[in-house]
Amino acid sequence: MRKEDIQDNIRELLIPIGAIILGLLVGAVIMLAIGANPIEAYKALFIGAFGDMNKFANTLARSTPLIFTGLAVAFAFRCGLFNIGVEGQLYVGALAAAFVGGNLTGLPKIIHLPLTILAGMAAGGLWAAIPGFLKAKRGVHEVINTIMMNFIAYALIGYLVADVLKAPGQTPRTVPILPSATLIRLGELVNWSNSRLSIGFLIGLIACAIIYFVLWKTTIGYEVRSVGLSPLAAEYGGINSNRKIILAMVISGALGGLAGAERVLGFDRALILGFSPGFGFEGIAVALLGRNHPVGVLLGALLFGALSNGGAWMNFTTSVPVDLIVVLQAVIIFFVAADQIIRVIFPKKRKDWGAV
Amino acid sequence: MFKSKKLVLFLCLLLIGTMFLTACGGGAEDQDQTQQPAQDNQEPAKDEKPLQVGIVLSTGGKGDKSFNDAAIAGLEKAKEELGIEYKDIEPREMAQDEESLRFLAEQGMDLVIGVGFLMEEPLRTVAQEFPDTKFAIIDAVVDEKNVASLTFKEHEGSFLAGALAALMTESNTVGFVGGMKIPLIEKFEAGYKHGVEYINETEGKNVNVVSAYAGTTGAAFNDPATGKELTLSHISQGADIVYHASGGTGQGVFEAASEKGKFAIGVDSNQNWMYPGTIIASMLKRVDVAVFDTVKAVKEDTYKAGLTVFGIDNEGVGLTDLANVTELEKSGVENDEAKIATMQELKDKITDEVKAKIKEIEDKINSGEIVVREE
Repeated sequence: MRKEDIQDNIRELLIPIGAIILGLLVGAVIMLAIGANPIEAYKALFIGAFGDMNKFANTLARSTPLIFTGLAVAFAFRCGLFNIGVEGQLYVGALAAAFVGGNLTGLPKIIHLPLTILAGMAAGGLWAAIPGFLKAKRGVHEVINTIMMNFIAYALIGYLVADVLKAPGQTPRTVPILPSATLIRLGELVNWSNSRLSIGFLIGLIACAIIYFVLWKTTIGYEVRSVGLSPLAAEYGGINSNRKIILAMVISGALGGLAGAERVLGFDRALILGFSPGFGFEGIAVALLGRNHPVGVLLGALLFGALSNGGAWMNFTTSVPVDLIVVLQAVIIFFVAADQIIRVIFPKKRKDWGAV
Repeated sequence: MFKSKKLVLFLCLLLIGTMFLTACGGGAEDQDQTQQPAQDNQEPAKDEKPLQVGIVLSTGGKGDKSFNDAAIAGLEKAKEELGIEYKDIEPREMAQDEESLRFLAEQGMDLVIGVGFLMEEPLRTVAQEFPDTKFAIIDAVVDEKNVASLTFKEHEGSFLAGALAALMTESNTVGFVGGMKIPLIEKFEAGYKHGVEYINETEGKNVNVVSAYAGTTGAAFNDPATGKELTLSHISQGADIVYHASGGTGQGVFEAASEKGKFAIGVDSNQNWMYPGTIIASMLKRVDVAVFDTVKAVKEDTYKAGLTVFGIDNEGVGLTDLANVTELEKSGVENDEAKIATMQELKDKITDEVKAKIKEIEDKINSGEIVVREE
C-alpha cells in the first residue's frame, strides 16, 4: 500500500472513533447537567460490558444479531439500496427457523440444524426479494417498500405466534426448538458461565469474511458495487442492474433472516414475541458506523452490544437513567452521519477530496 | 493534527447545545422524580441492616399509573411501615429480564420480586441458581421451593366492572380494550362480558360488548395512541362506557372517552383521578397488597413458597369506592376543589340501586352462587 492509502484508511477509522469520543463527551455533559457522576457511570458501563469473562460473553451474545443485521444493511447499501426492512426479514427468518426447528422431528442434528438455518435465510431472502423485485421492475422506492413489508411481517408473526403456533402457557411463544436444531451455547460447554452466547457468533464472523470476499473478490461483488456507484454506468458496462438489485436484496434479506434464526436457535430457543428490541434498525446504525465494511460492521456491532449490556449494568448500579444509553447511541450516530463535523476537527491535508 | 481554534469553537457550540437540551428536559425529569422515588439513594440504618428487597418491573412499565406502579406502591408502603429498603430495575429489553433478576439475587437481596407473566421463565432459571434466596412472582406460577407465586382472580373483579357498565350504560353498548392478547388479559374480557350478560339476564337489559386488543407483544401495554384509536372506534360503534385492561395504553382510552364526553373504567390501580368526570370507577387489582404482604411475611419470617390467589373474598380484587371521593383520589388531583367536585358529581350518578346490586353480586361471588367464567 502507498503511504497515502494508509493515511486514508486511518482517516476512515478516525471518523467513527472521533464520533464515539464526541458521543461520550456529550453524554458526560448531560450527566453533569442532571447531577450524576459521569466517571462512575462510564466505569459501570465498562464493567457491565467487559467486567469479567461472563459479561464479555454476554456482550458478544448481544452483538451477534447486530453483526448479521449490520451486514444485511451494508450489503444492500453497497448496491445503492437502503434496506430498512431488515427487522421484518429478521422476523420471518425467526418464524421459519422456529417452525422448522421446533416441529420437524426425527432428523439427525447434522441435517436438521443446517436445514433450519437455511429455512431462516430463505424466508428472509424471499421476504426481501419482493421489494427488490418491485424496485427493479417497477421502480417502487425500496425505502417505502421495505418499511411496509416490516408492518406486514409484525402483524403476520403476531397473529401466527399468538394464535396458531402458540405453545401452552401465558407467554406468546412457539414450542421449544428441538435439541437436534439448537445452536450450542457457551453456558452448556463450561460451568463458569451461564451465558447464552452461542456458536451463532462464530457464524457471524464467518459471514463477515464471506461478505468481504463476495464484495471485493468476486465478479458478482464487483457488479453489485458498480450498480451501487452508478446503475447507468454499470448498465453501459454490460451489467444487468435490475438483476443485481434483486440479488442484493435477497442476500441482504437472507442475512436478516439469519439474524432471526440465530436468536431463535441459540439465544431464546423458541420464538418469543417481542424478542427483538429492534435489531434490524440497530443494524442500520451499525452499518453506518462501520462505513458499510464487514470489519467495520463487526466493530460497530460489538460497540452497540457493549453499550446495551453495559447500559443495563449502569442501570443496576448507578442513578443514571438507562435512557442515557439511547442518547449516547443517537449522538454517536449523529456524529458519524454528520461526518463533516469530524472532518473539520481532523482536516485532511491533501486537497484531492474527489477520490473514492 | 487539528486546528485548535475550530475545535474550541466546536466544543463551545456542543456545550451550549447540550445545556439547551438538558434545560428542556428538566421539567420532564422533575415529573419523573415524583413517580420514581425509588431512584433516591437511601442511607442504610446504622444499628440494624434493614430488609433488602429487589424488584424487576415489566419493560416500559414504570409510570403506567396501573400495574407496575401498584407494585411500587406496595414497596413504598413497606418502606414506610416496615422500614425496608428496595431497589427497582426496569429492563430496557426482554432479554435482560433474566440478567436483572440474577443481578439482584447476586446482591444478596432478602427477597427478589418479578412483576408480570413475562418474568416466568427467567425467574424460574434464576430461582434454581439461587436456592437460598426468596423469590416472588406476580401473575404467573413458578413451582419452585423458593418462589411465592401471587396470582389474581381478575375475572371476578372484571365481572363487577361489567355489571357496573351494563347498569350504567344509556346506549346499551359498552366497550373493552385489552393490552396484549394473552390468556391473562382475556380473563379480564371474559369476566367483563360475563358481568354484562348477568345484568342482561337479571335486569332484562340488552347490552352488547365491543372489544379489541392493542397488540400481541409487551409493547401493547404501553401504547396510548393505539388505545385511543380503539376507544374512538368503540365509541363510534355506540359504546358509552369503555373498560380497559391495558396498563399504560389505558391513558389513550381515558383521553378518547374524555374528548367524546363518554365514560371509562380504570384498572389495576385507582385511576379515577386521572380524568376527573370520565372514570366512573376502577377495577382494583391489589398488586400493592400482594407485594406488601409478601414483604411483611419475609420480615416476620412467615414467608411461604407456593401459590397465593387473590380474589374478591380476600379483597385482592374489587371496585373502587362508588359513593365518595377517597383520600387517594383527592391527593391524585392535588386537592383541587373543582376536580374533587367533578369526581363526586360522577359518583352521584351511580344510584343506590346500582350500588346495592353490585354489593349483592359481590356476595354471590363470595358464596359461590355466581361462578365467573375465566375464558
